[in-house]
Amino acid sequence: MKTALINRIIPFSSIDGPGNRMVLFFQGCNYTCTYCHNPETINTCNSCGLCVPGCPVKALSISTENGSNPKVLWNPELCTDCGHCLSVCPRISSPKVREYSSGDLFARIEEAAPFIRGISCSGGEATLQIPFLTELFRLIKENTDLSCLIDCNGGVDLSEHPDFMELCDGVMMDLKAGTERDHKDLTGRPLAPVIRNIEYLKTTDKLTEIRSVLAPGLNNRSTVELGASLASSEIPYKLLPYRPQGVRAAGVKQHGRQSMTMDAMEELLVLAINLGAAGTRIITSDLS
Amino acid sequence: MSQTLDIIKDKTLTYHQQVFNLAREAENSVSPLMVSDRLLRLKEEGVICDLFEGQAPYRPRYIIPDYSRLMSSGCEFLRINAPRDIWEATHALLIFYKHVPSIDYFPVYLGNLDTLLQPFIKDEEEARKAIRLFLEHIDRTLTGSFVHANVGPEESPAGRIIVETVRDMDCAIPNLTLKYDKDKTSDSFLNLCCASALSTAKPSFANHSIYSSEFSFSGYAIASCYNGLPLAGGGYTLVRLRLNTLAEQAKSLDHYLEQLLPEAASEQLAYMDERIRFLNEESGFFESSFLVQEGFIRQDRFTGMFGLVGLAEAVNLLMEKEGQAGRFGSDARADETGLTVIKKLSELVESHHSPYVGCFDGRHLLHAQVGIDNDKGSSPGCRIPVGEEPETLPHILQSAPFHKYFPSGTGDIFVFDQTWKNKPEALADIVRGAMASGLRYFSAYSEDCDVVRVTGYLVKRSEMDKLDQGKAVLNQSTILGLGIRRDGDAFNRPVRAK
Repeated sequence: MKTALINRIIPFSSIDGPGNRMVLFFQGCNYTCTYCHNPETINTCNSCGLCVPGCPVKALSISTENGSNPKVLWNPELCTDCGHCLSVCPRISSPKVREYSSGDLFARIEEAAPFIRGISCSGGEATLQIPFLTELFRLIKENTDLSCLIDCNGGVDLSEHPDFMELCDGVMMDLKAGTERDHKDLTGRPLAPVIRNIEYLKTTDKLTEIRSVLAPGLNNRSTVELGASLASSEIPYKLLPYRPQGVRAAGVKQHGRQSMTMDAMEELLVLAINLGAAGTRIITSDLS
Repeated sequence: MSQTLDIIKDKTLTYHQQVFNLAREAENSVSPLMVSDRLLRLKEEGVICDLFEGQAPYRPRYIIPDYSRLMSSGCEFLRINAPRDIWEATHALLIFYKHVPSIDYFPVYLGNLDTLLQPFIKDEEEARKAIRLFLEHIDRTLTGSFVHANVGPEESPAGRIIVETVRDMDCAIPNLTLKYDKDKTSDSFLNLCCASALSTAKPSFANHSIYSSEFSFSGYAIASCYNGLPLAGGGYTLVRLRLNTLAEQAKSLDHYLEQLLPEAASEQLAYMDERIRFLNEESGFFESSFLVQEGFIRQDRFTGMFGLVGLAEAVNLLMEKEGQAGRFGSDARADETGLTVIKKLSELVESHHSPYVGCFDGRHLLHAQVGIDNDKGSSPGCRIPVGEEPETLPHILQSAPFHKYFPSGTGDIFVFDQTWKNKPEALADIVRGAMASGLRYFSAYSEDCDVVRVTGYLVKRSEMDKLDQGKAVLNQSTILGLGIRRDGDAFNRPVRAK
């Protein structure tokens, strides 16, 4: 069975797709968005061990079992979520992750199955773990009626993974910028694959929604113009205001301590609707 | 007599609240019940508590009239004819409610309102007006939070109007329960009820298929806080065992299970029977009440309610005495010990035949009591102490195995953050899961509701603030809520985002 690093599981969420859903946050992302509000999910821990001595409750330790490479271990029972480990990590990477096999993760999902309509995979970037997701989704589809959705930054070409897309019920696609240059500046990666993914998902009827985080200091107009044209009248388009909570220092420096004003958000909403994206909405609660 | 004078001089009591309290003083000025010294000692120690039910019972604690009889035949004693339209129907009910006795002065059960009123829904606009006035009348005159109405399980225009009106009025009274059945309740009605719960803390959700099978001989009603009782009958009395206070006397778990519990249960059962004997043989209620004479209730559909509180604290204490570390609600062994205690009590109650109980083969029913305003250190029934609750999913899964032992009432309460208000269907998913897991009764509200569920009953935060400033308020139960806010934990439940 394949394994994956999970940063966090929210057993019940009302804000990540239809109905009540379990949300899985995968560790590791190929984007480095400046406004990311959970930057500790971007890099994976390299077990350098710098965080271990400073943990005030000794929830972190280093294992050197069987002469293998040192590995930072995290004990969730002791952890108080004080944040010390992240504050000293040069990679801003959380050591508080758990490695799950697809079977173990499915067991947790199965326990919650009577209470949820499905799962939503977020991150980090879930599509960096497509072989794992394929196994997990297959277990879910073979044993339950749950739907499987993913949050996606569009960097991985989904059309190259038909087996996985057969099992995936829908994709909530981020659109981070409206031009190649802005996209590269914000995320470190190109925009074109994202647009290709959106067009591909439309042809397979699996594009659940497009969403854009709008932040001070970005070219929000061009983002919304592109988002509205891609969403057209058929796809829900969600506009999410940047929020500074959790953003790393460099990001706060760039985007500020204030969120977008409601006036600015509404102006962009009107722009999107005027461009034909009738299903555009401002969402203030579900940044993910 | 200083207590009497205190009541008369109390500026926070309305006239009716004074009369109610004075009547209780009068009842307690006599002591006609024959009780053992051992019982008196257990009461003094705080092990057994009769919830100030009074020293000379002159009416059953909870009465569940068959209101369908009023709809079909009217009431001779009250000189009400069978109603012919929505105005006559609501009018008849309002008159009738004022003649249904209870421990709390006001009736604890108002009927399955949607099934009662649906035959009279002709014009929707007129029905909405009649139902709004009806509910307003109830909130302003039946001013106690134990007044409880039921709806469901099927969706109907009347049911929708009632729930929508309750949601919009944002009143504490009446308490409301949706009888939920996955095969009978539509998704749209469940969603509406979930939206209402997140906005005004009601309805709660009762597991219809469980209750229907347990009360198949009579049908059931949910009354007062969350008490399941036979239709056209009710609950004679409710006496409760404080499991944690009893656990203080235990030398070991075995001593608790094999000696202390059987002795205390036997005293409590004898006390319940004595209260019921007096009610049946001396008070004259069942001979004189028009409710009995006209068949709205039947003596053989009353049972006693064997209450308990403080399981969590009892288990924690017993675990300590056994040299074990786990706590109830977060440790599998502690939870298992909790189940052992409840199974034992259930056997003790099951093996006792009461001469005055004409249903359930003469047995009293177990009841997970929600606590009273001056309870300290005893969590309601089998609940996990506030502040120690796990996330929603493990909380429900922990709680469900206990629910089956309590036909006459138990329930758990969950507070959700505001994001859930935007998606009531997500709460509906949780309700479906909870019911499928065997949970008997589920309550939810949102962190910013004015109407909130204290332990089982509802109060308005705004009324508590008023009372806290020394002003009189209409709802007599607000004072209970204030006591809990000052001394208890029910206002500090964790808000669930997940």
